[in-house]
Amino acid sequence: MIWNKEAECMPEDKLKQLQLKRLKNTVLKAYERVPYYRKKFDEAGFKPKDLKTLEDIRKIPFTSKADLREVYPFGMFASPLSEIVEIHMSSGTTGKPVVAGYTRSDIGVWAEVMARCLTMAGATRDDIVQNCYGYGLFTGGFGVHYGAQKIGALVVPASAGNTRRQIEIMRDFGSTILTCTPSYALYMAEVAQEMGIDPTSLKLKAGCFGAEMWTEQMRKEIEKRFEIDALNIYGLTEIIGPGVAHECIEKGGLHIFEDHFLVEIVDPDTGEPLPDGKRGELVLTTLTREGMPMLRFKTKDISSIIKEKCPCGRTFAKIERIRGRTDDMLKVRGVMIFPYQIEKAILEVQGVEPHYQIVITRPQYLDELEVMVEMSRESFSDEVKHIENLRKKIEKRIEETVGIRVKVTLVEPKSLPRSEGKAKRVIDKRNLTE
Amino acid sequence: MKIKQISIFLENKKGRLYEALKALAENGINIRALSIADTSEFGILRLIVSDPEKAKEILEKNEFTVKITNVIAIAIKDKPGGLAEALKFLYDADINVEYIYAFVEKAGEKAVVVLRTENLDKTISIFEGKGIKLLNWDDVLAL
Repeated sequence: MIWNKEAECMPEDKLKQLQLKRLKNTVLKAYERVPYYRKKFDEAGFKPKDLKTLEDIRKIPFTSKADLREVYPFGMFASPLSEIVEIHMSSGTTGKPVVAGYTRSDIGVWAEVMARCLTMAGATRDDIVQNCYGYGLFTGGFGVHYGAQKIGALVVPASAGNTRRQIEIMRDFGSTILTCTPSYALYMAEVAQEMGIDPTSLKLKAGCFGAEMWTEQMRKEIEKRFEIDALNIYGLTEIIGPGVAHECIEKGGLHIFEDHFLVEIVDPDTGEPLPDGKRGELVLTTLTREGMPMLRFKTKDISSIIKEKCPCGRTFAKIERIRGRTDDMLKVRGVMIFPYQIEKAILEVQGVEPHYQIVITRPQYLDELEVMVEMSRESFSDEVKHIENLRKKIEKRIEETVGIRVKVTLVEPKSLPRSEGKAKRVIDKRNLTE
Repeated sequence: MKIKQISIFLENKKGRLYEALKALAENGINIRALSIADTSEFGILRLIVSDPEKAKEILEKNEFTVKITNVIAIAIKDKPGGLAEALKFLYDADINVEYIYAFVEKAGEKAVVVLRTENLDKTISIFEGKGIKLLNWDDVLAL
């Protein structure tokens, strides 16, 4: 099912024309209305009229999270506050939060792209969407809400938390679509089992999971536990919130809504554009955003562009699932490691739960990487050597994947902290400032 | 004549052993024999208790990872060479011992040895053939 065939299946040449027209308009407005952009453009010697082709976008300076913090709270708005009808905000865990302002038209675009996402997961007006993304300043809850309402589906604004009640609602209301973080989905499956409710007996048919990084193995796990299609959703507060890209049922990457967002992949260090298929930092530009136009925003997310004819019929390019963050790249003994690589390795080994925590220490001069993994109840053996073998198997698998030796510690099932939002996977105990 | 033993995975963390034993004590489970296999990161607590099924249920309710395993208990004379003699039979039959622990019964005349081997059935038939006394569940409860 496709929500907006005319847009989502647009021929490439027509799309490029539309993108250029919208980009010119966005750049001009940004220059005229946002002093911060004007200053940056002037410093770079760029004028809006220099933009003649889509490739000319490379002449525009990047926008970073630091830029947005500098103009906190409303400095990036291109519309007067009287035109702004809603505000959202990033969590601000890594510093000052980023504020996003939406005009009425922006909310309309958001509902449109989210309707496309939910339709990819099979949502229709007959569906019940249980939305467990947090409602509030976080974009997740409202984004899904607007999209589901646009479709005419029934939205259950469950928000995050109170897991037992979530499961009762799921069972009693017969929710068919679940939206939450993938780690929360797995946690819900666990709690359901504890409550004596078989997750596969629920009416769920699909889920849109995002707001944190996850892997193919985690997808398989969620799909198996609930017997549903688990699809990947991508978005960020700075651009619009969820709804920038979403996976179709082919599960081969996330279609990016190119009529509203322009995608580039660049080398995170040099900023040079990278060819399709090559992994680098995802850079996004909004094409229709009024309240807060975002030009060449460096997302810090690692991905690549997939340009291929998709069997689903959509012509929009796809991005591969987020492969890491430029800033949660861990440097251990000089080797670059992403937590997802470790997760992938763990899940390839039978007999452990998909819950883990990475602890980095530097006892002397060398970094030590310890990975704590929950053993599954079923795999507990009464013999030390079996447990040791399991431990060594995981160590070996991780070493093969990331290229350095790690220490694996098996811990008791359900002993690692669970989170109802983004899972805290990495604890860096190194004191690198001294 | 296999005996049911419960094994508990213990993370090397303060209070885990105490918590396990406390849960059993509060529910009136009596421990007949106990051993701990320990490594630097975790331990396996092995217990022979009055009611293994109930003990498992209690421990799982308290978030422990538990497994019931079959072991053999034999009674041997409490004198030098008693155990060695019994093990010699397994050695001759080329059967590996996975683990073993022992205690002396209350009367003090006999020692009770709990063991798990790679082949319990074969071990039982060897011991029976050699006249070594295998304890059944009633014997264990009477200890």
